[in-house]
Amino acid sequence: MSDFQHSQASHCESGVMSAMLRHHGLPLSEPMAFGLSSALSFAYLPIVKINGLPLVGYRMPPRFIIKGLQKPLGLTMRFETFRDPARGAARLNELLDAGRIVGLQTSVFWLPYLPQDLRFHFNAHNVLAYGRDAGSGDYLLSDPVAETAVRCAPADLQRARFAKGVLAPRGLLYYPLSQPQAPDWQKVLPAAIKKTTRIMLDAPLPIIGVRGIRRLAKAIEGLDAEREAARSKLFIGQVVRMQEEIGTGGGGFRFIYASFLQEAAALLGRPALDELSEKLVDIGDEWREFALATARQIRGRDPLAPARLADKLRLIADREQAFFGDLRRAA
Amino acid sequence: MLDSEVPQEGNSTLDGHRKAVYARGADGKLHLVQSAGWEVEEIVTRQAVDDLRRLAEDARRRVIAGQTSPLEFHMHRVRMDVPLLAQASGIWQWRIRRHFRPDVFAHLSPAVLGRYAEAMGLGVEQLKKVE
Repeated sequence: MSDFQHSQASHCESGVMSAMLRHHGLPLSEPMAFGLSSALSFAYLPIVKINGLPLVGYRMPPRFIIKGLQKPLGLTMRFETFRDPARGAARLNELLDAGRIVGLQTSVFWLPYLPQDLRFHFNAHNVLAYGRDAGSGDYLLSDPVAETAVRCAPADLQRARFAKGVLAPRGLLYYPLSQPQAPDWQKVLPAAIKKTTRIMLDAPLPIIGVRGIRRLAKAIEGLDAEREAARSKLFIGQVVRMQEEIGTGGGGFRFIYASFLQEAAALLGRPALDELSEKLVDIGDEWREFALATARQIRGRDPLAPARLADKLRLIADREQAFFGDLRRAA
Repeated sequence: MLDSEVPQEGNSTLDGHRKAVYARGADGKLHLVQSAGWEVEEIVTRQAVDDLRRLAEDARRRVIAGQTSPLEFHMHRVRMDVPLLAQASGIWQWRIRRHFRPDVFAHLSPAVLGRYAEAMGLGVEQLKKVE
């Protein structure tokens, strides 16, 4: 327990899994945890509303990384949720007393160590608990997005674990039941990469993958910049928040996936993946340019012009379509 | 993005925290770099926070004008909306909306007030005031 090492990551779920596996004897980088579970995606979900605005995601849904790592690593994860919060707290203490490190799903709103301005009611934030302070009873947490390990009072953590609403954690905790094994890279990496290209190119719904980007472009184009300027600005601002603010490693997870491709190139001895990684960094930069153009319009430094942002998104969609096609052939 | 291009201009919404992003080093390899903040993120986060504050401020004025109850003010202050408060408190949405009426709110039982206070992480006395 005391030998646990905190390290900062860009994203909570891949960061938790990377730290948990490292602690159990399998050093796996955060980008590898992200790429090996095929977590990269794009989704525009007009039906799922957050404060009245549609949800935009640049990765697969919560728990996808934790679950997706089981098969390639020969790992069995145990998941437990609780109807009774008191039992959830008792179970966490029991596991920590037994010397385990435990992954927890939490709501960022109730975690006091996070900056006030970032504490929204988002229920799928992952942290690791690795012990308790014997004196105060505070939990010792490793929050991947924090620079250092943190402490959290029991009452606060309890609220965060049993918050209500969309994606309610219901006290979810998880830990490995078996020792993770170093995989046969020649087998698991091409499979993981192909799965990502399928998600991006072949999803049956027009709101997932490259088609999702185009669908979002269309929705942005349809915004009424004249009569509904405030709402339009909130809409485009929300897209950028999901892309940059919500721990994505920058460029809506495109940079972290590019890093994964570099690792895969070395492990498989395929320089083609290195070249593709560079292309994806360029695409990530395009996403950052889109974010910058959006922020300038929100601030009024440039006139509000949804059509211009939509054009930029279509350009990115074209580039991603070509990129994931090339990636499929290279894998 | 090169690691030398990672924004370090500061972002007041990070409150002094630094976040980690991936960027390319001189050797061409991507690695984790700490960022003190990017103005673009500050703009969009501030926009979202300000919008929630505006809702709370607007509710506060209407409480003082006798047009709504402190319940609506506190709901916005803790960044909730009616559907989320309904789930957190176990009280139906139409009942919550009814409790926004000052006359109805004034006669709520301690049990109902307690459920709201618990759901929002407040004391019952605090729930009755706008501050």
